Amino acid sequence: MKFIKFLFVGIVFGILMTKSEAISWYRIQEMFRFQSFHMYGIIGTAVVLGIVGVYFIKKIGLKDISGNPIILHPKEKGFWRYIFGGTIFGFGWALSGACPGPMFVNIGVGFLSFIVVVLFSTVGTYLYGLLENKLPN
Amino acid sequence: MIEFLMNPWPWWFSGIVISLVMFILLFFGKAFGVSSNLRTICSIAGAGKKVKFFQFDWKSQIWNLVFLAGAIIGGYIAKNFLSYDVPLELSEKTISDLAELGFNKPKGIQPEELFDLKNIFSLKGFLTLSIGGLLVGFGARYAGGCTSGHAISGISNLQMPSLIAVIGFFIGGLIMTHIIFPLIFN
Repeated sequence: MKFIKFLFVGIVFGILMTKSEAISWYRIQEMFRFQSFHMYGIIGTAVVLGIVGVYFIKKIGLKDISGNPIILHPKEKGFWRYIFGGTIFGFGWALSGACPGPMFVNIGVGFLSFIVVVLFSTVGTYLYGLLENKLPN
Repeated sequence: MIEFLMNPWPWWFSGIVISLVMFILLFFGKAFGVSSNLRTICSIAGAGKKVKFFQFDWKSQIWNLVFLAGAIIGGYIAKNFLSYDVPLELSEKTISDLAELGFNKPKGIQPEELFDLKNIFSLKGFLTLSIGGLLVGFGARYAGGCTSGHAISGISNLQMPSLIAVIGFFIGGLIMTHIIFPLIFN
């Protein structure tokens, strides 16, 4: 039962991804062709509100539901892993038109072919785990 | 109100709701990041026996799998109870660019040419779906996050690694769209 609240937040996320059309391959194409403001508007609005909100969370030391201070764990420093990893991710994002969230949401919408995408993204994650120590960081 | 929710949501409203999802998860003591679920799934499947990267306490990530289950249900609800059956309004410029690559005008939210179930059974269709997924899964873990973890959460926290990762997302997306697409779709 303690997980039920996450189910609800997930449902909101799934509805939002569908209704914003961020799960659409077409919208991702529009974005990478700079032919519409739509995706930039979505991500931009979320980021601006996020920056302001996170600033105030830190400033007033807001606590979470169990009374612990809200902490955002910074990613470790580095360059190559972010630029290489990001670029590989970008190849896949443009090709499949879906990042990890929308992949799953698409299955719920009824595009069952995304089961293949999800399956192979799990394989890709496994391959990364295998090669982790051989890749530049 | 109902009318507003039934129609495609405008970008500003969608952006507000995404940031709400992030803040609610922070308030629940968690971090917004979808792709780490793929690592959890590998661990549950037993990948930790062979590969150290998957040896971690995956039970601490159950909340995120529940979130993911909710996301699938949310997609079902949005499609079946919160939508009119209208074609996606794509920019005219994109429609004509995609026509050159052999894609018809949008009839729904996704192109049938790629995501109709019969594509699983054609070599080209299967390769597109599987290689796309493979690259997303590999790249997300190498970069330590995806759109939710880096572009939204990471940049909200003004993290340099996230900015570098997002620049990478665009380098990859632009190369795929403008250089590789004309070679594979025509």
